[in-house]
Amino acid sequence: MKMERLVEIAQKFPKKLSRRKLLGGAATAAVAIIQTAKGQTIQKGLSENLIGDDPTKKFGKPAGEVGSRSPFVKSVKKPSDISSRSPLQDFYGIITPSDLHFERHHAGVPAIDPSKHELLIHGLVEKPLIFTVTDLKRFPSVSRIAFLECSGNFRGGKENLTPQEICGLTSQSEWTGVKLSTLFNEVGVKPNATWFLAEGGDAAVLTRSIPVKKGWDDAIIAYAQNGEPLRPEQGFPVRLFLPGWEGNTGVKWLRRLELSDAPYYTREETSKYTEPIKDGKYRIFSFDIDARSIITFPSYPQKVEKGWIEIRGLAWSGRGKVVRVEVSTDAGKNWKIAQLNEPVLDKAHIQFRHLWQWKGEETEILSRVTDETGYTQPTLKQLFEARGSEGGYHMNPITAWQVKKDGGVLFKPETFR
Amino acid sequence: MIYNQKTSIKLSLLLFGGISFQACYQAMSQENSTEKYAIVSKKREISNDTLPSSFGFGRKATQVEIDRLDIDVRPDGKGLPAGSGLAAKGKLIFDAKCFACHGVGGIGGPNGSLVTNKAPVAAARKEKTIGNYWPYATTVFDYIRRAMPFNEPGSLTNEEVYHLTAYLLRANEIIDENTVINAKTLPKIEMPARDLFIPDDRKGGPEIR
Ligand code: HEC
Repeated sequence: MKMERLVEIAQKFPKKLSRRKLLGGAATAAVAIIQTAKGQTIQKGLSENLIGDDPTKKFGKPAGEVGSRSPFVKSVKKPSDISSRSPLQDFYGIITPSDLHFERHHAGVPAIDPSKHELLIHGLVEKPLIFTVTDLKRFPSVSRIAFLECSGNFRGGKENLTPQEICGLTSQSEWTGVKLSTLFNEVGVKPNATWFLAEGGDAAVLTRSIPVKKGWDDAIIAYAQNGEPLRPEQGFPVRLFLPGWEGNTGVKWLRRLELSDAPYYTREETSKYTEPIKDGKYRIFSFDIDARSIITFPSYPQKVEKGWIEIRGLAWSGRGKVVRVEVSTDAGKNWKIAQLNEPVLDKAHIQFRHLWQWKGEETEILSRVTDETGYTQPTLKQLFEARGSEGGYHMNPITAWQVKKDGGVLFKPETFR
Repeated sequence: MIYNQKTSIKLSLLLFGGISFQACYQAMSQENSTEKYAIVSKKREISNDTLPSSFGFGRKATQVEIDRLDIDVRPDGKGLPAGSGLAAKGKLIFDAKCFACHGVGGIGGPNGSLVTNKAPVAAARKEKTIGNYWPYATTVFDYIRRAMPFNEPGSLTNEEVYHLTAYLLRANEIIDENTVINAKTLPKIEMPARDLFIPDDRKGGPEIR
């Protein structure tokens, strides 16, 4: 083909006369090559005349080694010192692009050479074994689309909050790896083993105690995410993935599993990841993520216009499948069943939508999810009534958005506390 | 839903016949192409869920290899190393390596208090500390040894960790000045927050907990 030929020729040109020059400014949409008065060649950002160009009249960017996001799409995580939140409001469908998966780590992201990384399984086992990453990949594999959520994932208190800021510590991927049960069989887990310790190879050497039952049920030793090896931020080269359980238990950069007849009461499961309930007590080993939903469109800081609006959002449960999402467009007085987009997977983010004709009145829109156990997402008030008002981990309240007369959308903080 | 081995293999057989196996087991089939069909038939056995009792992957871990990584400590003291610590010696280490982030005497540093502040505080919520929130003393040793100091994790000797543990327990008024902290005494210490916790009482279903 003619165009391929053109690229081939361009590739043979000496560096100075770049491919980009030969193909003209349209070789890349975002940058233009500018010749300065001094004869220097510099790259300059997108200019109007480039956008105005008719893309059917110019040869486009040649095929590359890795894809790129359109320069017109600005989708970024929101980092803090200890975590980075997924831009839930930017997502379509149910998969989180891997580079936008939330991050939470306790001593940074380690740089691990996979050829030097090993997983040791020992303790109450017949045969303590060490697996290289290559060994792990030889076992029968399993793939599963499931969400991962940090249990400390609720912010409120002010109106100008985005879905990303309210609960951006949840993301969804297709996770691929070996079932932990396969490895349990291989090492011969002894009958008196009731817990196992999972330990990471980062500078926090993070540890959690996990009931052995979860290991047999559905735990995955994951080495891939969305079709490629795990991203370093998600635990490259190997992590524990526990479907439906709080993110911290899915120990990343996994280096060791020790089978035991008792939990270890590590710092991450005592001082942290425990939450207040009534009577001055605190809940420990609260693993499951309760059902939750949030409307991601419309949400702050978007603006809507009168007429038909498809309200969209995400819903999920760590206890199984979502069976129903309800949406209210009148501040919670009436609830309508939302449509659920397929696939509706077990312990997974699913997408819901609801058509609404907005006539310009001031109102509030809300969503609430019910999972297959019959649990319905509570209000913040209900959570406080059940647990006391200290807040803490595992907060999954209904999120309400205020729609103002001018079409502006604001989060509705609850103030009764 | 987990795509189990059985369905996924059946599916790939249906869609691609033997080709997908060539792809999955490329390394093996490249070695000896005449064995390709033997591999396919062996895999069919797996598709009937008869996993071999052992794959034989991985290598046996030696005790030396295990000991090199096995640094955890349980509340019953399992995993505590030899050595011992005293609060007075721990204070010297704390003042050199920890106070910048955790405050003088372990109170009020930028990275959180480790010691309960007995003085009345204005803040609505009192800070969680080793003294008021940690159910087991062994966790103090385990956590400091694996993760602290934050800027130099894994740099402390076992002896230093014992001293620091003794110091933080003393500062929280859990032990006295002369208590020697070692593998025998540490698991016996009753922490103030020992009975603060209850196992997860949520279980799904309509009730909000
Ligand atoms: C550079 C700052 C820094 C220094 C120095 C430091 N720490 Fe820390 N420490 C932290 C941070 C940050 C955390 C929280 C880490 C996390 O949450 O993952 C922490 C957490 C802790 C905790 C757990 C607190 C809790 O309530 O869960 C203990 C105990 C602790 N440090 C002890 C020490 C000791 C002992 C030293 C000195 C040997 C030390 N730290 C030095 C920054 C520091």
